[in-house]
Amino acid sequence: MMEILHCTVNGKPVEVGYDLRESLLDTLRDRLGLTSVKRGCEVGECGACTVLVDGVAIDSCIYLTAWCEGKHILTVEGLQGENGELNPIQKAFIEEAAVQCGFCTPGIIMSAVEIVGSGKQYTREELRKLISGHLCRCTGYQNILNAVERAVDECHKIVGK
Amino acid sequence: MEIGRSIHRVDALDKVTGRAKYTDDFRGQGVLVARILHSTIANGVVKDMDLTEARKVPGVVKILTCFDVPDIQFPTPGHPWSVEAAHQDVADRKLLARRVRIYGEDIAVVVAEDEIAAEHALKAIKVTYEEYPVYTDPEAAMAPGAVAIHDEHPDNILRHTCFDVLTPGAGGRGVDEVFADPAYRHFEAHIDTQAVQHCHIENPVSYAWMEGERIVVVSSTQIPHIVRRVIGQALGIGWGKVRVIKPYIGGGFGNKQEVLYEPLNAWITTQIGGRKVKLELTREETFQNTRSRHAIHFDVKAAVDPASMRLMARTCRAVSNQGGYASHGHSIVANAVTGFRQTYPDAFAHRSDAYTVYTNLGSTGAMRGYGIPQCNFAGECFMDDIAREMGWDPMAFRLKNIMPLGYVDPTNGITCHSTGLAECIRKGAAFMDWDKLRAEYAKPQTGPVRRGIGMAVFSYKTGVWPISLETASARVILNQDGTVQLQLGATEIGQGGDTVFSQMCAQAIGIPTEDVHIVSFQDTDTAPFDTGAYASRQTYVTGKAIKKAGESFRAKVLDFAAGLTNLDRGNLDIRGRDVVSTVSGEAVLSLADLAMEAFYSLSHCEHITAEETVQCKNNTFAFGACFAEVEVDIPVGKIKVLRIVNVHDSGRLINPKLAEAQVHGGMSMGLGYALSEEMKYDDKGRLLNGNLLDYKLPTAMDHPELHALFVETDDPSGPFGNKALGEPPAIPVAGAVRNAVLQATGVAIHRLPMNPQRMVEAFTEAGLIEKGE
Ligand code: FES
Ligand code: FES
Repeated sequence: MMEILHCTVNGKPVEVGYDLRESLLDTLRDRLGLTSVKRGCEVGECGACTVLVDGVAIDSCIYLTAWCEGKHILTVEGLQGENGELNPIQKAFIEEAAVQCGFCTPGIIMSAVEIVGSGKQYTREELRKLISGHLCRCTGYQNILNAVERAVDECHKIVGK
Repeated sequence: MEIGRSIHRVDALDKVTGRAKYTDDFRGQGVLVARILHSTIANGVVKDMDLTEARKVPGVVKILTCFDVPDIQFPTPGHPWSVEAAHQDVADRKLLARRVRIYGEDIAVVVAEDEIAAEHALKAIKVTYEEYPVYTDPEAAMAPGAVAIHDEHPDNILRHTCFDVLTPGAGGRGVDEVFADPAYRHFEAHIDTQAVQHCHIENPVSYAWMEGERIVVVSSTQIPHIVRRVIGQALGIGWGKVRVIKPYIGGGFGNKQEVLYEPLNAWITTQIGGRKVKLELTREETFQNTRSRHAIHFDVKAAVDPASMRLMARTCRAVSNQGGYASHGHSIVANAVTGFRQTYPDAFAHRSDAYTVYTNLGSTGAMRGYGIPQCNFAGECFMDDIAREMGWDPMAFRLKNIMPLGYVDPTNGITCHSTGLAECIRKGAAFMDWDKLRAEYAKPQTGPVRRGIGMAVFSYKTGVWPISLETASARVILNQDGTVQLQLGATEIGQGGDTVFSQMCAQAIGIPTEDVHIVSFQDTDTAPFDTGAYASRQTYVTGKAIKKAGESFRAKVLDFAAGLTNLDRGNLDIRGRDVVSTVSGEAVLSLADLAMEAFYSLSHCEHITAEETVQCKNNTFAFGACFAEVEVDIPVGKIKVLRIVNVHDSGRLINPKLAEAQVHGGMSMGLGYALSEEMKYDDKGRLLNGNLLDYKLPTAMDHPELHALFVETDDPSGPFGNKALGEPPAIPVAGAVRNAVLQATGVAIHRLPMNPQRMVEAFTEAGLIEKGE
């Protein structure tokens, strides 16, 4: 049975037909063409499919599309500024060499958006915990932590002014 | 200098914006899906399959079974093909198997309009089996009377090799003679390593369709040109009828250096009129049906001279659990025993004895390090055991025995053209404050929480010569704006290949890296030939092809410039974005102007391109060391790594920042290998923890800060002084952690992983934990 979902995706109002049994991951990838949202396990173990729903990072593979009525969904495709400028987190990922195969990258960036968006500062240990829902086999998390830490610091400096 | 610049990755922007396209991102709408039916026994034969109910499921397009596939056995590993039959890979699989050899064998496939229809149909297929006993360990499979898993190997031994190697110029004393000499102390150990998996975050996925009479396959692979060959072999068709496209891939680590499901998918499309079909494995299928690192069991012996601290002779018997299919065959355990021998060349002699044995567990294949992480763990445990018994400092003992510059392997001729190993050891020791900590932790410790510091070293070949062919090619094309396109058959798999290839090309021509546009994706119809990403070979072998093509391109540009300017060709050079006169030092023509002339001149239009192939008939050793400081909580068996550093000699670094990132990833994989990862099977051959929840892959919380240091040698055989880097970082970590635990607790562990359960058992046995009543 097809239903119609009304929600906001990356700032734009969207109406899309979906199957009631469908996960948000499938709707975003297959119906809306938002292929930054990756599939690594489909059972909430790897974090590759992370997006923000009303500002909260969730695993879209275990989140039903049906729960998204009226919600605001954000994916990596929605992060660049109006003139295409990169979000500070994206910049930090490039500059800290936090990207390798890149398959985990969009998901971790979305968690970082949530972390930075909290406006709080965190210790390295706290950041380790905050990104521990993401599996990355390439980087040992070292440069990812550097990038997230840098984005948090930069944002804090700006906000703190 | 473009070599040695830490530029940002050329693919980073696409990857952080989500624009980078991986296999599944191209698929588009209306693609059929294929799902595989897996056996529910581990050893036996499919007698019959009833498809009546499955065919009735709405949305099912076609069901194909092991009774339908071509009667062709094909090889799967990503090796260069050998034209000599004796060196060809083992051809032991069919597209779908009637003869079941592992639990979860591929026995049928359902093609449907969507996943749900396919899943329903899979559940409705009824299978009748004839069952045989299940062999989970090599000893049982080799026992007399065991059922042959493959008829070609009645004793289940895929291969057994035994070599006695005498050190040249050492007087011809063999292993037995040396061991009989009463002047030497004898040591022996048994060491077990476990099966682990690559766990690339993107599961294997491909889609296939037909264009005319040809088959097109898009796949997440490290080796597109080899995929093309194996599809041709598996389907019994001309290799030119196959076109393989490789987009970005979400990690491979050796698992995608094997042609596992592309041939099946290519065949499926031929059975449904060439319609486009996708075959994507779930994470659980990836665990069960792809490859893993071999569990290898070692028995090692050494005769040691107490006076000189030298290893006089050693023996190494290795038994490798291959699982149900040959995959890379005997080459991995052969590499393991060779690697064990090479790092510390014995004064007189060495004997290696290696077995590859079929069992009914999941098949094992290439994984980052190709047998060396296993033998390194064995070898580095053994070195510390000997040092401890003899009262020697483990670092001093290693320094007395490591491979010297100029070493030539007596069996294969691989030569140590450069080494910074001793320097790596000293640098790591200084970073960790080894002398001080080693002395401090050597004082008696009595509490439940104890500390120690340990180390391990390794050597690693660069590429596969002379065991196999090494060849690569590169194409450079001038663009209208004076920039170039670089096209390769070598692949970016996350390691940063595209970035360092661009830097090498820029260096060879004399232009900035920003003016090199690399074609990232390989399409076997257009990409030059290269065997792909494995064996840490690409910067070395493909690097030579890039250098040669860049230099030949540069020569053509300068010829053209001399013609245009009427200047002496010998006085022209390319610097930055200009052709300059070496006499005046002034720019005489910009490359952009030159390019416009070359493209559009009415009198002398010439499209400047260069394409070169190299066959690399050389090899060289990369080296490194790992130091780890640990805290062991004895009652709960928990090992906490407090500090860790890897120090590498990979020759000259093309991009230091990316090299460092590569080392972090390898260290992480090494920590997982040391402390938590293990594929667990039951006695029916079923994998018990085939998912990312139960299989303990490290998270950010499981690691300390990862430190990567380098000692840059200038290797005379490398195209830019460089040598292997991709695989090595994963190698020495487990040994270093284990040796730190040995110092902390006095307990010598000989089995991986060192997870809390194992450690509590070991500490209990050693009397550090009281036995429960
Ligand atoms: S795909 Fe959603 S958590 Fe792995
Ligand atoms: S960059 Fe490859 S999984 Fe994280």
